[in-house]
Amino acid sequence: MTPLGRAGAADRPRTGGPRRRRVRGTAPLPLLLPALIGLVFLVLPLLALLLRAPWRSMPDLLTSSEVWQALRLSLVCATAATAVSLVIGVPLAWLLARVEFPGRGLVRALVTLPLVLPPVVGGVALLMALGRNGVVGRWLDSWFGITLPFTTTGVVLAEAFVAMPFLVISVEGTLRAADPRYEEAATTLGASRFTAFRRVTLPLVAPGIAAGAVLAWARALGEFGATITFAGNFPGRTQTMPLAVYLALQNDPQAAVALSLVLLAVSIAVLAGLRDRWMTAS
Amino acid sequence: MTDDRRTTDDRRATDDRRTTGTDTPRRPGGPGSGAGLDARLVVERGSFRLDVALTAAPGDVVALLGPNGAGKTTALRALAGLVPLSGGHLRLDGAELDRTPPESRPVGVVFQDYLLFPHLSALDNVAFGPRCRGVRKAEARAQAAVWLDRMGLAEHAAAKPRRLSGGQAQRVALARALATHPRLLLLDEPLAALDARTRLDVRAQLRRHLADFEAVALLVTHDPLDAMVLADRLVVMENGRVVQEGTPSHIARHPRTDYIAQLVGLNLYRGRAEGHTVRLEDGPEITTTEDLTGPVFVAFPPGAVTLHRQRPGGSSARNVWRCEVAGLETHGDQIRADLTGELPLAADLTTVAAAELDLRPGPTVWATVKAAQTHASRA
Amino acid sequence: MTRSARRTRRILRATGAGAAALLALSACSSSGAHSSGTSDASASGAASDKVSGEVTVFAAASLKEGFTTLGKEFEKEHPGTKVTFSFGGSDSLAAGITGGAPADVFASASAKTMKTVTDQGDAVGAPVTFVRNRLEIATLPGNPDRLSSLKDLTRSGLKVVLCAKTVPCGAAAQKALDAGGLKLTPASYEEDVKSALNKVVLKEADAALVYRTDVKAAGGKVEGVEFPESAEAVNDYPIARLKNAKNPAAATAFIALVRSAEGRKALGEAGFLSP
Repeated sequence: MTPLGRAGAADRPRTGGPRRRRVRGTAPLPLLLPALIGLVFLVLPLLALLLRAPWRSMPDLLTSSEVWQALRLSLVCATAATAVSLVIGVPLAWLLARVEFPGRGLVRALVTLPLVLPPVVGGVALLMALGRNGVVGRWLDSWFGITLPFTTTGVVLAEAFVAMPFLVISVEGTLRAADPRYEEAATTLGASRFTAFRRVTLPLVAPGIAAGAVLAWARALGEFGATITFAGNFPGRTQTMPLAVYLALQNDPQAAVALSLVLLAVSIAVLAGLRDRWMTAS
Repeated sequence: MTDDRRTTDDRRATDDRRTTGTDTPRRPGGPGSGAGLDARLVVERGSFRLDVALTAAPGDVVALLGPNGAGKTTALRALAGLVPLSGGHLRLDGAELDRTPPESRPVGVVFQDYLLFPHLSALDNVAFGPRCRGVRKAEARAQAAVWLDRMGLAEHAAAKPRRLSGGQAQRVALARALATHPRLLLLDEPLAALDARTRLDVRAQLRRHLADFEAVALLVTHDPLDAMVLADRLVVMENGRVVQEGTPSHIARHPRTDYIAQLVGLNLYRGRAEGHTVRLEDGPEITTTEDLTGPVFVAFPPGAVTLHRQRPGGSSARNVWRCEVAGLETHGDQIRADLTGELPLAADLTTVAAAELDLRPGPTVWATVKAAQTHASRA
Repeated sequence: MTRSARRTRRILRATGAGAAALLALSACSSSGAHSSGTSDASASGAASDKVSGEVTVFAAASLKEGFTTLGKEFEKEHPGTKVTFSFGGSDSLAAGITGGAPADVFASASAKTMKTVTDQGDAVGAPVTFVRNRLEIATLPGNPDRLSSLKDLTRSGLKVVLCAKTVPCGAAAQKALDAGGLKLTPASYEEDVKSALNKVVLKEADAALVYRTDVKAAGGKVEGVEFPESAEAVNDYPIARLKNAKNPAAATAFIALVRSAEGRKALGEAGFLSP
């Protein structure tokens, strides 16, 4: 039998639980050494880019309207592609994580396929599906007069095609880790499965979705192969920064380096900003 | 420890063993009456088969008691609609619920670890149910505020669940379940997530809330004390089946199986404490070590009871009651005696001791319990 | 022949080539090519009978068909040699060469690109123009839009793709358009001539300005339309031996083959014009 306790003292807040401690002291060498090599390996090329950058011609480049046009287009398209990925990718992740259906493993493999597909092949595949003469595209063209290649929409689609798997994988992982009993609790309170998803699951996995969205956004921002193949390259319409960089590389490598730095700086600024805003909030 | 004035009549005791197969639900709740719960839950899952019949009238508090893996939680989930029935039926206040999805059942659930939505405040957790049932936001929040107030949590309305203590979280979970005005309230191990000290406190509060609840409440627990304190009827389950059903005191005194005897071996009384003395509702007093005032539960295990042929004179035990042996049942090498008289109680003694006492139904015996072996807690 | 026997032979051949390459390497330092033993008298070019080992050729993508044929020819004429090609955009290749990529021969699609290599002192001697190429309109088979002149490309509603101005075919297209006094807004500036052509092959674009050789290489998938303004934008293809060549003898021999009558014939079949 349990001893009797005092009422007040018994109601101890359980806010913290055991707080997680940071690893202190010296990190073991077998971990530290490869970690440092890894860091150098990732940072060195970027550093080289900085060292070799044509700092003198930077002001001219940064005031060129074509650079701003490409940068603006890149940001708009990457953001739109992320939005598209969120709208259709999160439900897809939910399906994969929460609904048992035959062939789920196969579907998951198919979803991740764009990850391993060379982006240029992805672009060709998109042309074959959604191009003017594509499997679906020809009907879009003849019924609605919509053609996607060579348009900004095409850029968004190409970027979403390549970037969405990152989001789906990330969100599916978070959903799997999330306790499905919260959804059950919501249904016992009268929530339909959709309401439970919207009002309970979605807020619970928000950090995972945010991480996935950032990953997808970053991938979309740097997308080159599928974009140039599917959407072509036209300044202001489909020429995103990576395309501008690639084409500059053809005859002016210095300009290409400068453009890359602009793209890097902007993405670092955005990612760092997002991280401070809501990645650490959870 | 044991008394020396015991006599032999092992056979007698065995003959007199109760057949408890006739235990019936205390209150009606069958199909005819309409109100309340009437269910036969059949759930098959691999080699496991759950098959239990449950009935309860509005106002009943029923405890499903049993070891881990007995199927208690499965039964609860089946009632909530989270597990589909393989057979049987489920009627609540006359309405068939077998095929009703969980969100449409008038059933509230308090989950084992409460499952409060971590991203919502206590208030919004409680308002969640009304919101889902079509109440406007402001109105739902007003209702939720009333519930929280009733639970004594008004000042924690804005707190996120992780800022709440275990006891507070439990009350929020209860308020959340009650806010949908369920006709069946299910509680899954409502006290298991609490530490020992909080537990007693929360149990007392929960008991009051359950007593106020006008519909059927069904709780699942593996703790007999919780079950006996909180429920007016126990349903003991083993391996997916009901093995015994009845009031706590009845089951304590007439356990049908050795397992139940072991599990529900507890004398439990309600009374009013004044210092170390607890006056029971009808008559006798029990002396305890705890110093309490107000309504309390007093409990002691049957093993703490010592029986005497004559009124003990120099015994150090402060609690002495005059009883009659109503029945004797053998459980393993123990005999459980069902005693009536001043204080109805169950007593365990060895077969040898029972033989020495010449224990048999009928004669008067004296039962003593040391204050140190009783345990009082606030009701 | 059994499969394993064939494989053995292939391995032997590969090791032989490797050994030959090693021999060739040592031959470089000791000035003077070493005969691999099997001298073939039927070789046509000059200084060709003492050639062996591997020769690496960096060549503009448009040369792929013609050079592949010539490469096989070269290996047949000089047993023990192996020609390895790296086809790509001339600019990327030039960037590779100035960056230290191991190559013996560079064949560029434009004099301007070749100049970036010679300016760095990476070429031996003055590059020579071995073929020329000119633009053609590539359109869908059967010419459904009835294109007959450069001006027709400016028709509204027509989807035309050009090469980006930074790559040679784009520069040439601009020149031709300027010569005709025409302004053309394309659907896209493609990154190279092959992707411009592919847009027509895939029927995403109605027309593209590409090289005759590309039209030829596409077989029946596109139809070529000649136009007079293309004369203003003729591309010279220069070829040069590289300073870092590991096999200078073979490099010289390959260039000789390219410039020979036989070479012209093969390249002519691919659509190139003689210089």
